[in-house]
Amino acid sequence: MAQTKLMLELERQGVSRRDFMGFCASMAAVLGLPKTAAATIATAVETEARPVLVWLEFQDCAGNTESFLRASHPTVADLVLDTISLNYHETLMAAAGSQAEDALEETVRKYKGKYIALVEGSIPGDPDSGYCTIGGRAALDIAREVCGSAMATIAVGTCATFGGIPAARPNPTRALSVADAVPGLKNLIHMSACPANAENITALIVYYLTLKQWPPLDRYRRPLFAYGKSIHDGCERRAHFDAGQYVEAWGDEAHRHGHCLYKMGCKGPATSQNCPNVGWNEHTNWPIGCGHPCIGCAEPNFWDVMTPFYQRLPNVAGFNTDKWLDTVGIGLTAAVAAGTIAHGVGEVMRHRRGPAAEEPAGADKNAGGQAGVKK
Amino acid sequence: MTHVVVDPVTRIEGHLRIEAEVDGGAVKEAWSSCTMFRGIELILEGRDPRDAWAFAQRICGVCTTVHAIASIRAVEHAIGATPPPNARILRNLIIAAQNVQDHVIHFYHLQALDWVDIVSALSADPAKTSSLAQSISDWPLSSAKYYTEVRDRVKAFVERGQLGIFANAYWGHSAYRLPPEANLMAVAHYLEALDWQRRFIKIHAILGGKNPHLQSFLVGGMATPVDPDAQASLNLGTVAALRKLVAEGVDFVTRVYIPDVLAIASFYKDWFSIGAGVTNFLSYGDFPLDDGAQPQLYIPAGIIHNGDLSRIEPVDHAKIDEYITHSWYDYSVGDDKGLNPYKGETHPHYTGPRPPYQRLKVEEKYSWLKSPRYDGAPMQVGPLARMLVAYGVGRPTRAKELIDQALKQLNAPPAALFSTLGRIAARAIEAQVLVESMGMWVEALADGMARRDYRIQDTSKWDPSSWPQDCFGAGFHEAPRGSLGHWVHIKDGKIAKYQCVVPSTWNAGPRDAKGQPGPYEASLVGTPVAKPDQPLEILRTVHSFDPCMACGVHVVDATRRELARVRVS
Repeated sequence: MAQTKLMLELERQGVSRRDFMGFCASMAAVLGLPKTAAATIATAVETEARPVLVWLEFQDCAGNTESFLRASHPTVADLVLDTISLNYHETLMAAAGSQAEDALEETVRKYKGKYIALVEGSIPGDPDSGYCTIGGRAALDIAREVCGSAMATIAVGTCATFGGIPAARPNPTRALSVADAVPGLKNLIHMSACPANAENITALIVYYLTLKQWPPLDRYRRPLFAYGKSIHDGCERRAHFDAGQYVEAWGDEAHRHGHCLYKMGCKGPATSQNCPNVGWNEHTNWPIGCGHPCIGCAEPNFWDVMTPFYQRLPNVAGFNTDKWLDTVGIGLTAAVAAGTIAHGVGEVMRHRRGPAAEEPAGADKNAGGQAGVKK
Repeated sequence: MTHVVVDPVTRIEGHLRIEAEVDGGAVKEAWSSCTMFRGIELILEGRDPRDAWAFAQRICGVCTTVHAIASIRAVEHAIGATPPPNARILRNLIIAAQNVQDHVIHFYHLQALDWVDIVSALSADPAKTSSLAQSISDWPLSSAKYYTEVRDRVKAFVERGQLGIFANAYWGHSAYRLPPEANLMAVAHYLEALDWQRRFIKIHAILGGKNPHLQSFLVGGMATPVDPDAQASLNLGTVAALRKLVAEGVDFVTRVYIPDVLAIASFYKDWFSIGAGVTNFLSYGDFPLDDGAQPQLYIPAGIIHNGDLSRIEPVDHAKIDEYITHSWYDYSVGDDKGLNPYKGETHPHYTGPRPPYQRLKVEEKYSWLKSPRYDGAPMQVGPLARMLVAYGVGRPTRAKELIDQALKQLNAPPAALFSTLGRIAARAIEAQVLVESMGMWVEALADGMARRDYRIQDTSKWDPSSWPQDCFGAGFHEAPRGSLGHWVHIKDGKIAKYQCVVPSTWNAGPRDAKGQPGPYEASLVGTPVAKPDQPLEILRTVHSFDPCMACGVHVVDATRRELARVRVS
């Protein structure tokens, strides 16, 4: 294979071809692609011109930014960031004040319709409220302009995706998701979770570079490769759920031996994300792995519908409901839980074989977990 | 007189705007404004107090553990729960890891580019850079070949013409003073630190499931089981992993971070006399070393007035008041009064200019931050405050030792620490003190395993029926950026009121009723500004505080009784 510019550069940085292929293979794994896809990814990443990205922060905590900084396979991920031209990111950029704003303006003008906008944080619905201004401009005005001129918009984290914590009851600032603040955006993709997992953010970008299309999405506009299966279905403790072995108190024998956290309030049955498969911080661990229940952070309005966090979900299939139902008091409807569980194993692979939609649909909210997939 | 506006202040967490009057090449007056509000305390009302930590944690994703810690402490104080030793030890490890990682990221990725000129690094001689690096540290990545590779990488990046996050900065500004070789060394360490932070923070993944937003906190303890004989628990495999990560942390801080700070500081010594601002300091203290009601704290609590290190006063939480005279809130008692957090109110009321705007109305209200005061005085909080209190009380001895060592090397008196560069140096010294202390807690965890002590949570206080029907609590914590307090009122098992007074409110808050500026505002006065359209020096002083504006959201409370007992634990 001819030495591409990228490979020369990789070598200059002490990254071997083998390491690079390792990275591409791990990306393929996150995306749920067959092993042979690694070569395709490598070719795409090597040959593609660097796409321009801008990362906007509104009513945020920078948790998604920090998560992005934890992207694993560091040396090559670092390079992939190099491969992308990140033209605006308040937390990371060297320029400040008017010079920072100039960088954003210039990018929007020069790359109109060609850049990718990433948004972190919710947006106050009233631009005159003063609840979020940057450079004296209201967040809503900035979002309209920057997302409105983008080739695609990626809402990163649950605040940008669903409104998140600022929009939790009673939503003091009338905070909105990107979709609600700027209706009608084309190519809007949701990477929910609090924060979004770095592996999934990186995988989404590589997906686009590799396949020149955006991935099929579920009914909440989330890529199926990361949100196509419930936590419960992929959980390493699932066998204990099926066997009726539950943690009853923090630190009890069942807890120490990794039994099911369902009775401690685990929201895994009602939550779709690939945490059990990709883990966090370079596969080091994940919340259930450290003994705490899932809090459902990838789901719409989870701060309201998944709380109290330590109360059991009602009516989860397979649980001995008649024994416990009398003590269940959570406000979540059984339909939500059951509906999400219906996302079965194998869906991801089934969808992947079909050609992905030109424009990520996800618009058909009645289509369950299959929006945007054309066969 | 030139009016300078820096908005957004970048390389921080959150949304900060600085306005300043510049005359004769220096700042005459400055105003600090937080331009974002979410109202998380309002959102907490009516919720289960056991859930509060997760909500509060989302105040900030950078210092991603701090509000969770303060929250569980406040609720535990209110309901009378006592975390067992394992939980105390795990929390100390998590807090220390947060501080150390945050300090390193702050220095290299948020602050360094104010002092380090990346473009100048391109003209560095790699052999000379290698000599420089080897003269200050025995860190192995220091060969001429290594620095050639780094220089060529940066060169290739610049030559491609897409500068990304490095575009439009103040490269070539006259205030940059490092020789090209020091710039190149710093750029190399910027990249190394980016890798290091990802590895080091695995400590949080081991103990908290993930980072950011760890998920192992519980009111009354921690959710991470401890059992040397179980695979799904923290066990001796975990202890080994922690030992290794801590050792790597000690290595990086000792051989890269500290030498870099001292080397860079030696080129900018005049900044030891710039940016002092407020010289009253506050530390609540942290890292409980025992499980009593009034535990000894590894990092001590104390108050310093007017830079007098010979007299460290104990902290009296009843002396804390918040003002909203220049903040976008209303008080029922009048906007010129201060309120203790237990009697605090938050009625957001934006009266600033209608966006888009050019200037804030600084003579009126101009920030979403309140102005906390201690006994009526503004206080500076953060690593410098903690290290000065430690220096004053003489403990931990390692802090005093390292401060004396640094001052000797820089040939500077202790008063030099009241400065922009002093804040940067104190942060590095604290990182070393804390990363070295972590081994002690890893071994304490192993000792508990040897005793088969499985307790991780106070199960007697988990059920809300075990709580008083009406109770109040306060939780205090030393976050990377300074003193943090949460106050909670619980009624019938639900949160009635919740309030936070956070580090960046202490440091970045606006003027109070008496017109006294906050620490950011005070420290900027006198800061030189060579080119008002490129206010690099303003960024230096503001960044030295490590701004974290998302934490500045506010707050509510309307309780009627004084706190009976405030526990710092």
